[in-house]
Amino acid sequence: MRILIVEDDREAAAYLVKALREAGHVVEHAADGDDGAHAVTTGTYDVVVMDRMLPKRDGLSIVQDMRARGDVTPVLVLSALGQVDDRVDGLRAGGDDYLAKPYAFTELLARVEALARRHRPGDVETSYRVGDLVLDRLSHTVARAGEDVVLQPREFRLLEYLMKNAGQVVTRTMLLENVWDYHFDPQTNVIDVHISRLRAKIDKGQDKPLLHTVRGAGYVIREPAK
Amino acid sequence: MTLRAALADRFAALGRLARTTAVRLSLLYLVVFSAFTVFLIVGVTHDAGRLVTRQLHEAIDADVEALQDQFRDGGLVRMIDTLDDRGRRPGAGLYYVVDTAGNPIAGNVGELPPGALAADGDDDDPRPLPYVRFENGREVEHVALVRSFRLDNGFQVLVGRDLGERDRLRQVFRKSFRYVVVLMVVIAGLTWWFLSRRVLRRIDQVSAASRRIVDGDLSGRLAVTGSGDEFDRLAVGLNDMLERIGGLMRGVKEVGDAVAHDLKTPLTRLRNRTEAALAGPESAEAYREALEATLDESNALIRTFDALLTISRLEAGAGPRDAVAVDVAALVREVCELYEPLAEEAGGTLVAEIAAGDHILTGNRELLAQALANLLDNALKYGRDANGVPTVVVSLAGSDGDLARSGGDRGAGGAAPDRDRILGRFVRLEASRSAPGSGLGLSLVAAIARLHRLDLSLADAAPGLRVTLAARHA
Repeated sequence: MRILIVEDDREAAAYLVKALREAGHVVEHAADGDDGAHAVTTGTYDVVVMDRMLPKRDGLSIVQDMRARGDVTPVLVLSALGQVDDRVDGLRAGGDDYLAKPYAFTELLARVEALARRHRPGDVETSYRVGDLVLDRLSHTVARAGEDVVLQPREFRLLEYLMKNAGQVVTRTMLLENVWDYHFDPQTNVIDVHISRLRAKIDKGQDKPLLHTVRGAGYVIREPAK
Repeated sequence: MTLRAALADRFAALGRLARTTAVRLSLLYLVVFSAFTVFLIVGVTHDAGRLVTRQLHEAIDADVEALQDQFRDGGLVRMIDTLDDRGRRPGAGLYYVVDTAGNPIAGNVGELPPGALAADGDDDDPRPLPYVRFENGREVEHVALVRSFRLDNGFQVLVGRDLGERDRLRQVFRKSFRYVVVLMVVIAGLTWWFLSRRVLRRIDQVSAASRRIVDGDLSGRLAVTGSGDEFDRLAVGLNDMLERIGGLMRGVKEVGDAVAHDLKTPLTRLRNRTEAALAGPESAEAYREALEATLDESNALIRTFDALLTISRLEAGAGPRDAVAVDVAALVREVCELYEPLAEEAGGTLVAEIAAGDHILTGNRELLAQALANLLDNALKYGRDANGVPTVVVSLAGSDGDLARSGGDRGAGGAAPDRDRILGRFVRLEASRSAPGSGLGLSLVAAIARLHRLDLSLADAAPGLRVTLAARHA
């Protein structure tokens, strides 16, 4: 995946570039607003990570220009401003996701990968399958090893989001944002409790669990190793 | 000090004086009213002069007509009799008769300058004529308005009226104008005195008080005399503003103190742990453990800062941004659903009681949800009975369009004196110091409530604590 990072803090940028490369991505870096604006017009990327406050040019104005040109490359806006209002500003300018500094790298990686997947064409599947777990989006049914699993509506959406991103780590905040549409810090990890309920319904009594906790990052649903 | 410097000093003082509003207003008053008065006096003098002139014309014309009648009826002798008679009356006009050769034969004027009589005999209109008159044995130069006419026998008659009266009238006006100007200068002076003594002194007091406040004495207030005039209203308004600023400053100071006090603890822990890890055995496992603990501690610190920033920003705002009509019933259901598993996991219950009807509140959905989430989080953490089982009831009651949401819970409700303190930042009752949390949750709820004009109150629910958020009636 080709990723452009527009970030003026050298240390933060170097860390991001190194970590994203280790995760197997091709990374380019622009150190100020003008460079960033130039890079997004000349290069092709799967995801752009845009810092909001940049020397020479405001990050949000670059995103606005991209959208005005019809450029739909997914953009993750990074900012030290982390309030609800700031997030709304970032998304209104055309950003696809917003992450407040300081952030955990696992959070950024999970969001960048989710953005790239969301953007991939032909992503209108009517059912998801992971191992012997099948989720039918049309009939709203879930079956594990051929047996129906009864889920509450919210549990269904939770599983749907996890399966849509199967094999990729999704963080707790991503789940809170995408399943509940809340962007605040819930203080207690309420998400963990919902996950353990879901796990009890789909993994209990199975010898090969599908839903895994990734320490320090979040959760992943994936096929059992052969 | 040299003379030049002294002069410069004096001019600078004059310049300062000229810049004061009192001097400017007084000068403006003086100029404007002088201009008006000049206009008025000139106008009145002119009109009055014209009126007098016209009266003189009429008097002369009447004389001319009367003399001509006399001449026609009784001849020259009768006319001269009438003329002499009129000429002797007090305040009489000028009368003068010459024969065909130009020799004076009658009249009350001694001598006339050459050209006094019209060459062709008749004047159509009176004209001014300078002449000499004897008053108390002295020759006095006068100007008269005269008209001459020729009789049928070739004699010429001159009839005139002295213009002295008109000039005296003009002088009366000029004199009164001088009095008015003096009066106006006096009034301008009084205006200046009043403005500078009364009004400007109040303004100077306000300036001086503001200067003291700017210099750091935020407790200073402007004097209110109680007269209820504009200055009092200004002072009251400014004092209210200072009160609000003072409140905000106290808030900032409290946060500063709280940050210093409460954040130093986790920072010290962080530092000590790092130090201990560096001093301890060089094992990858020990390092890993220390780093993980450090990461957790940093995350907690970041959350605390985020909460602080959110609260500050909410408290500085006038109203919620992106306000929409929020369906509070749906919101309560959603947030309760989010937290219900937490209650169940602890073996307790979380019940939502929602009254029938529409529950719509204009506000920011995200913030309202966060407020309720914080309340529920606190209720589940602290609203536990002796066995550690939380029982939380959320009821949404709507009466007369009034929205009320309460997170009633049972457990360590907080002693009454602590209740007000609970809403302050970083306040965590001593009994709950060991439970996780930044101590900012309820402050955030209070800030969100204030922003949405909701009244937040805490009451003893015996057992437990009742938190009520009530919409104010518009």
